[in-house]
Amino acid sequence: MLSLLWLIPALPAAGSVLLVLFGRRLGRGGTAWVGTGSVSLSAVLALLVCGSFLAAPPAGDAYRQVLWTWFDVGGFAPAIGLHLDAVSIVWVLVITVVGFLIHLYSVEHMERDDGFTRFFIYMDLFVFSMLVLVLADNLLLLYLGWEGVGLCSYLLIAFWQEDAQNVYSGRKAFIVTRVGDTALIAGLFLLFTHYHTLEIGQLMHLVASRSPAPDSGVVLAAGLLLLGGAVGKSAQAPLQTWLPDAMAGPSPVSALIHAATMVTAGVYLIARTNVLYTLAPDARLAVAIVGTVTLLLAGFSALVQRDLKRALAYSTISQIGYMFLALGVSGWEAAVFHFMTHAFFKALLFLAAGVVIVALADEHDIFRMGGLRRELPAVFATFTVGAAALAALPLVTDGFYSKDLIIATSLGSVDGGAWFYVASLIGAFVTGLYSFRLVWLVFFGARRTEVSRRPRWRQLVPLYALAALSVTGGFVWMPAWLGGFEPLRKLLDTALPPAPMEGAAAHFAESVGAALITILVVAAGVGLSYVLWMPRRERTQAFAAAPSVQPLVALWLGGWGFDWFYERVFVRPVKRFAHWARHDLVDHVVGGIAWLNLAGWRGLSAGQNGRLRGYLAVTGLGVVLVLAVVVLR
Amino acid sequence: MAAVSLDHVLALAAVLFAVGFVGLLTRRNLIVVLACIEIMLNAAGLAFVAAGARWGQADGQVMFLFVLAMAAAEVAVGLALAIRFRQAMKSLDVDDADRLRG
Repeated sequence: MLSLLWLIPALPAAGSVLLVLFGRRLGRGGTAWVGTGSVSLSAVLALLVCGSFLAAPPAGDAYRQVLWTWFDVGGFAPAIGLHLDAVSIVWVLVITVVGFLIHLYSVEHMERDDGFTRFFIYMDLFVFSMLVLVLADNLLLLYLGWEGVGLCSYLLIAFWQEDAQNVYSGRKAFIVTRVGDTALIAGLFLLFTHYHTLEIGQLMHLVASRSPAPDSGVVLAAGLLLLGGAVGKSAQAPLQTWLPDAMAGPSPVSALIHAATMVTAGVYLIARTNVLYTLAPDARLAVAIVGTVTLLLAGFSALVQRDLKRALAYSTISQIGYMFLALGVSGWEAAVFHFMTHAFFKALLFLAAGVVIVALADEHDIFRMGGLRRELPAVFATFTVGAAALAALPLVTDGFYSKDLIIATSLGSVDGGAWFYVASLIGAFVTGLYSFRLVWLVFFGARRTEVSRRPRWRQLVPLYALAALSVTGGFVWMPAWLGGFEPLRKLLDTALPPAPMEGAAAHFAESVGAALITILVVAAGVGLSYVLWMPRRERTQAFAAAPSVQPLVALWLGGWGFDWFYERVFVRPVKRFAHWARHDLVDHVVGGIAWLNLAGWRGLSAGQNGRLRGYLAVTGLGVVLVLAVVVLR
Repeated sequence: MAAVSLDHVLALAAVLFAVGFVGLLTRRNLIVVLACIEIMLNAAGLAFVAAGARWGQADGQVMFLFVLAMAAAEVAVGLALAIRFRQAMKSLDVDDADRLRG
């Protein structure tokens, strides 16, 4: 069974190629079958393969399948090889299962779109690239998948390319993540120069065996460079600015790429190379600080957004900030756990938001929604489940188990501390505020826009399925005070080092008391959001519009001015330079050659005036000249 | 009758040829152009005859007969062209036929 591993990424790739070749002949029905079918087969296969892996773990708790040697140059021979272990299992299952649900949803969501086939080509290509990323056994192949998902992200953000703004957003996402990608490839170069291999297992072994003495600088630099790549791809500060604009793409894209899978590639990368960070405490600290700063910045930004999808985008940034914080305090497993639960509830939220936006004829402004509770009851129920999971409502949502674990780790880990703990609690409070703000504003109150379209089964089934996962997904890792049923932890222990929970702080962090604090903070956030946006909605809006508060709201709305700053420091100077460079010396040389040819053509063409007498005169003159030369010589 | 030297005859032929050529270049009337070509042909013929007389060979005179026959044919073709030209261009000005420009 395990040997079928290669088929998991190959099926979506085949689907994409099929659609490229025969998409026009297949029609919409055929396209939907090929596009969704290939991912569903991949999901079934992933379940079978991972099931057989879990039933009978192979030696070393990892399965490696080398398909062929990519190239072989100067002793460097990276393989096209797949590596399946506990970490990749979690990612593969989420990508294929959530990916399948989102594909199914897209069939209905995109049914009236002219680019139906193009959409599924890109989506299948994305699933393939993402699977390559998480299954790669060497960093170079991982980088191939990394760039592949970046390309698909660009293509899908700019999917509705008739609108220049969408294309701009796509370009922005591509270029901003490219900044991180450059750091990543530099990190790969550095690792290769020092260890002469990029095969992950071997590389980590080498790093661990040769550290700390001679290589600590290299390890630190590599860790920071890889963090740079992760920061770009996972939209962490200071490269988070592309993700809110990425909401220009269709909602299923936001759900699959910009919430569930691609943006967590950075988390995967750091979890996969955890040895580097274990050996470089400064790099680890940098990860934790990036995560903490991001989760707070994005949380406050999410609080004031008017666009439903932008609010969700900021919440995604904030939740990935939690994952980075967990990674930074050595809570590798907690980060993977939160990735999984986040994929469920955030995909759910985006899909539900997509239904709402389409139902209201492309209305994105939450202040023009309202009262949809009775109009779209299924969406209301599932969105509320998603929002509850996002807010980490205790016990009944998966978000609670993973977020509480991160909060506990941020305090109890030997790398943790009070600062991280307080910041993550503030983040949990803000999350409660903004997640339920969306529920109150969209589904309660007076109805402001007519519902023009209602979801059918292809959209409802994924919503219900993801809602079910958002409730039950957390039960695979219960805290000790709830009985300590933790199969996910046991699975991840085979691939990742457990979080170093030691001392009195750890004892407290894992106790009921700490959990009660988390629950109280979350409850306070949700309760306050009820007060602010249900009975006192008008007063809250008046307060937000007051002159003394307005600058702060504007600052949060614009994402803390990062865009403003980058626009002035990078975008405009580059544009000005590009404008100036249009007329540089090289242009003059090339233009000069063209001008010379043009002038020559004009001169010769002037002689061809059609007057035969003129031709004759010149011919005669020539004859006389030749004769004169011959005779007088 | 004093024999005319070859140089003088060749000079006359050259002058005739030059007159014909200059006429060809400067005149715009197609009929005159044809006449100029006739002058040039006769200049060449004169040179042939003179050369034949100088070396006592009949070839020069034979060549002149060829030139005469060719001139007759040329006039026939040339005048036919002149008529077509007149029909096409509504004039006999050779500079009106400048469609062959680049």
